[in-house]
Amino acid sequence: MSREEINGGDALIRALADENIDLIFGYPGGAALHIYDAIYKQNKVQHILVRHEQAAVHAADGFARATGKPGVALVTSGPGATNAITGIATAYMDSIPVVVISGQVASHLIGSDAFQETDMMGISRPIVKHSFLVQSAEEIPVVIKKAFHIATSGRPGPVVIDVPKNMTDPNYKFEYKYPKELVMRSFPILGKGQDEKIVDAIELFRSAKKPVIYSGGGTIQADASKELTEFSKLIGCPVTNTLMGLGAFPGDDDQFVGMLGMHGTYEANMVMSEADLIFNVGARFDDRITNNPSKFGLEAKKIHIDSDPSSIDKIIGVDLAIEGDAKLVMQQLIEQVKSTGFDQTIYKDWWAQVEDWREAHGLNHDMLNLKNERDIILPQQVIQSLYQTTKGDAYVTSDVGQHQMFAAQYYKFKDPRKWINSGGLGTMGFGLPSAMGVKFAFPEADVACVTGEGSIQMCIQELSTCGQYGLPIKIINLNNRALGMVKQWQDMQYGGRYSSISYEDSLPDFVKLAESFGHVGIKVEKLSELNQAMEESFAMKDKLVFLDVLVDPDEHVYPMLEAGGSMSEMRLSKDKKTF
Amino acid sequence: MASQISLLMENQPGALSRVIGLFSQRGYNIDSLSVAPTQDPTLSRLTMTTSESEEIIQQILKQLFKLIDVVMVQDLKASESLSLEMALIKVSNKAEVISKIEKNYSSLELNELDNTDEKTILRLIGETDIIESLLVELKADLVEVTRTGALGMTLGNISLETEEETKVIY
Ligand SMILES: Cc1ncc(C[n+]2csc(CCOP(=O)(O)OP(=O)(O)O)c2C)c(N)n1
Ligand SMILES: [Mg+2]
Repeated sequence: MSREEINGGDALIRALADENIDLIFGYPGGAALHIYDAIYKQNKVQHILVRHEQAAVHAADGFARATGKPGVALVTSGPGATNAITGIATAYMDSIPVVVISGQVASHLIGSDAFQETDMMGISRPIVKHSFLVQSAEEIPVVIKKAFHIATSGRPGPVVIDVPKNMTDPNYKFEYKYPKELVMRSFPILGKGQDEKIVDAIELFRSAKKPVIYSGGGTIQADASKELTEFSKLIGCPVTNTLMGLGAFPGDDDQFVGMLGMHGTYEANMVMSEADLIFNVGARFDDRITNNPSKFGLEAKKIHIDSDPSSIDKIIGVDLAIEGDAKLVMQQLIEQVKSTGFDQTIYKDWWAQVEDWREAHGLNHDMLNLKNERDIILPQQVIQSLYQTTKGDAYVTSDVGQHQMFAAQYYKFKDPRKWINSGGLGTMGFGLPSAMGVKFAFPEADVACVTGEGSIQMCIQELSTCGQYGLPIKIINLNNRALGMVKQWQDMQYGGRYSSISYEDSLPDFVKLAESFGHVGIKVEKLSELNQAMEESFAMKDKLVFLDVLVDPDEHVYPMLEAGGSMSEMRLSKDKKTF
Repeated sequence: MASQISLLMENQPGALSRVIGLFSQRGYNIDSLSVAPTQDPTLSRLTMTTSESEEIIQQILKQLFKLIDVVMVQDLKASESLSLEMALIKVSNKAEVISKIEKNYSSLELNELDNTDEKTILRLIGETDIIESLLVELKADLVEVTRTGALGMTLGNISLETEEETKVIY
């Protein structure tokens, strides 16, 4: 074989192809031009031109969440890099494997306040798992290899590669070799859990009377949903998922008590506060779950399985910590239960209690049949109609606000990786671009973006990208004419003083807006028309439909944990509370 | 009592800022910090002291180890160790100062380094607490002070060493 020499830009794209990346999202600019030329000259890696760099990272992030594979975004230096920051922080907070490649001014200009120079390493440092500033063209392949390895292994997370322009100089060529192996100093990746701890965990279940399995995004990241479900079936106790963990255990299963936390179901939060054993897999006891940590699970023994040792004992001290890969640990637990047997009837009384809670204040999943005189639509009904139309099989992305919580509560996710939302950072604007990433990954699947008229306007420009690439996403806009979640807080804590939550009458006509981008827009105002409009939207297989649903502007999301309280202190409606 | 953490990290641009950034990002306080390359030029050793609680220190250790550039972390308090620092002080009344030190701070190693313009630079080596109380006592006499911050090392067979390299093969 003859020695082949290529330049840094070509090497970068070739390394992506060697890493099995065939899709990247990005936006060009001066410092990235050599890389864009390299993209032009090949056809293995397709580049999707978004309309804003934030969207490029969200799209890569959505792709990663839905597929489990890393997503890639490419941006230029300066404003391109800073626009990407919100996307990177979003991925960081939810531990999503995303690799962001940013152009940078030539290395001899770094530090001189050159045109479009910004210290990307510095700005992104607190929101990346790791970052690289490329020091020589020759190291590009190995940096790419390391970046993907770091982004995807252990607890995943975003990695930034900052590439000074001279590293991709078309005239500087070198021999390209993609590394077959990597040597990294002290980069432990956890595998199985310790055997004694596996035994201990099952014994804790045996001696418990009121256990709960509490699972989070880590279970999905570790592709351990099947194991979680099997294990839960063997144990037979209540199961709850966090906002990030929905779909890890089937939402339509009787053993599922719903989401827990801030807007979790009454029964899930009660189960957590009364439990004598809390089994946490891949969740992090964050403040949206525990409410006041000093009042959390005081009576319960706690088991915590996590691939990131720094998550353990961070907020809540636990009795049994199993550091390891959730999938492998769950397999060990299943093995242990199977070989020793398990009598589920010990939880009979516990289930009777759980059923009482469910009966008393469980969510009503049958609201489509509720009629009202004014034929007004409740936001929950929109999600139920979506669920019914898509038979619970759609990929649902979401923005942030009341609509997000309604989607989480009422769409009973059956499978992992189908509920895609910004849980940790709570980024408005995430919904549409992440739906693009999902649609690219699964062109045949139904992809819905449940959004609000506030959030959708934060990345509305991506309607143009959807037009360019023919992405028939269904945008379900729960239009309550206000920043609803903020309004809810102002109702509850600020005496109804509505500060800056209304657009007055400046909202666009979303139907016309969608049409101007070449899409279909449908406006629905009456409950009696909702189901039909929903079905019509999904029947248009090759069209992006913007379904603008005018919903009751006065609806609040309940249950809601009372700030500073325990998990049993909830508001259940505008005039009912548990405390 | 302040705790000491010692770590080995890649001797690379950016590594130190990640370590320091972690402290500000997570709201941990650092009392002192010292860093320099080791016998292996690809590694730097960093020693820091912090007065955070034991729980927080456990978090700090885990968070530090999570940084890709950090190769090994050690809580010096977890085994027997020694801790020392060096201070340079500039004084104008040398005789008085030296007699104070010799009288009450005899555990400190004291050297006279320079005498220019009737100002003397003294070098002190010893335990941080002792240097600190001396500095309080000398406050009025001091023209200038600079300190290395504490350095530490565990005794005997226990050492801060790198683990074997992790090889990932595809
Ligand atoms: C980028 C960003 N800015 C501000 C917020 C704070 N915030 C959370 S929910 C919300 C209101 C969202 O309004 P909308 O999208 O209409 O959803 P609704 O709550 O009305 O369903 C705001 C402003 C945020 N989460 N993200
Ligand atoms: Mg709204």
